[in-house]
Amino acid sequence: MADVIEPVETPDDDEPVTKTTGHPADATMWTARLRRRVVKALPPDRLLPDRQPAYVSSWIYVFGVATVAALVVVILTGCILALKGPQWWHVSTVGRFVNSCHLWSVELFFFSMVIHLWGKLFMGAWRGRRAMTWVVGGVTFLASIVTAFTGYLSQTNFDSQWISTQAKDGINATGGGAFFNVLNFGQMLMWHIALLPIVVVALTGWHVLLVRRRGVVPPYPAKAPKGAVLPAVAP
Amino acid sequence: MRKHRAFKIDRDAPEYTGPYRPYDIVKEGTIALIVIAILTVGLAVLFGSPDEHALTIKQWSAQNPVDFVQTAANELAGTSETATYGPPYNNGTAFVQKLGPFTLPNILGVRVPVNAAQDFVLDPLRSQPGPPALVAALATYKGASSTQQLAWATAYDTQANSSTSPVTFVNDKVVIPQGNYGPVATLLQYETQIARSGALDQALITGSDFYTTDYTKPDLFLADGQWMAGIGETQNLGGDQWGMMNETNSYPGQAWLWLYTLLYQIPPYNSTWAANADVDVWFTMIVLTGLLIFIPFIPGLRSLPRLTRVYRLIWRAHYREIEGPSA
Repeated sequence: MADVIEPVETPDDDEPVTKTTGHPADATMWTARLRRRVVKALPPDRLLPDRQPAYVSSWIYVFGVATVAALVVVILTGCILALKGPQWWHVSTVGRFVNSCHLWSVELFFFSMVIHLWGKLFMGAWRGRRAMTWVVGGVTFLASIVTAFTGYLSQTNFDSQWISTQAKDGINATGGGAFFNVLNFGQMLMWHIALLPIVVVALTGWHVLLVRRRGVVPPYPAKAPKGAVLPAVAP
Repeated sequence: MRKHRAFKIDRDAPEYTGPYRPYDIVKEGTIALIVIAILTVGLAVLFGSPDEHALTIKQWSAQNPVDFVQTAANELAGTSETATYGPPYNNGTAFVQKLGPFTLPNILGVRVPVNAAQDFVLDPLRSQPGPPALVAALATYKGASSTQQLAWATAYDTQANSSTSPVTFVNDKVVIPQGNYGPVATLLQYETQIARSGALDQALITGSDFYTTDYTKPDLFLADGQWMAGIGETQNLGGDQWGMMNETNSYPGQAWLWLYTLLYQIPPYNSTWAANADVDVWFTMIVLTGLLIFIPFIPGLRSLPRLTRVYRLIWRAHYREIEGPSA
């Protein structure tokens, strides 16, 4: 005998259901709450905008998106090197070319990121509740430096030998050498191709979402608005 | 509860009420990716990338056997950099630095244990199917008191590194003036022999297991000698040559470490603070990095970008728009 299936209760006609709010009866569900918060923080027209303020018209704005683009190339070339293993590029012409692409995309990544950072510094880009955007960007820069450093240690050539034997003294002097052994190739490779890329990509994603949420910082006012007040919120 | 707060020009941003213009974020991202990819391939084709082979102990002992023997003698006598280093390798003190009253390496202690004499000399020799002379020398050395072992090793080390009659290498043999070295001369003769055959590289790399990815011991041993340092110096990679941001063959290296590298080149880091330069540079960089990351919350510091007025250049079109052509 077949199981009896109870009919599903449908919403009343006078209770509006939208894709973002869902059924009012489900409003307390964790999923519904999360969806509401996400859509409120990042409505589609802010996440993927087709208009932006007229003041966003300088070459300096290019370097943010250039940094993200370079990161994509870094990850793609790194994935090819990872697929073939750490020794491949020493013995293959194609491997050497892919390694060269990896190196130069990293140089472009840092070149773009540093100009982006200086530009945002001179814009005071943390103003108007954008402090977290700035902080996450700064931490991403730091994580990127450590990622690149472990990459230099993972080359399995004289460079990695030299850099590791020189760098050990600085890290050991801080006590960090006890758990971050730059002479341990396996440990550095794992940091470089697994742990740190996850951190950098996650932080970059967070940074970009914060930029989309808060928007691009407006110019400093030509004249400071005297007596102006703002809602009491954290910077 | 206070509902409003005063507008602060370096913390708050005015609400923008001006015009907007079309902006295709997907198109922008796609074009950026294509341009960066083309630039990357272009630079890779034009300049390639450096790849100097890793150094080996076999090369070291072949190209500069005297430096090799002198370093091995340092290891056995406990006078090398590694033997005297301190945490995380051992309980030495030579490379332990202090940050004010704090000795940070001692907090976590020895976590990557390295015994220079055992790991670099005695264990590799024991692992070889040695001739009777080597077996006898090892037995004599092992049978002696630690005081006697140290006396033999120190006598050899002192003579080998002396300025008047140091060790030499003639006809594939280590030659050193007569002295009270006990079995040490025989041990270091065989140490040089297995190094020149390549067996010492393998013994140090696979000393604990067949599979390994840890090169701590062979790299420390190589770095203790002068041969590797000389090669690095000729490539402009020394610490006093801005080596941290250079790469072999004059390729751009980690240029983003320029400030970290700069600190090593200037007083007081290279003069009165030189004994603790590493930890002092690190501490300085941590403080400077903290100031950079938390600048939004630091009154005064966060005003500096506005005071430079570089923003007027970045947003010059905007200010021309609201202030007129004379702005």
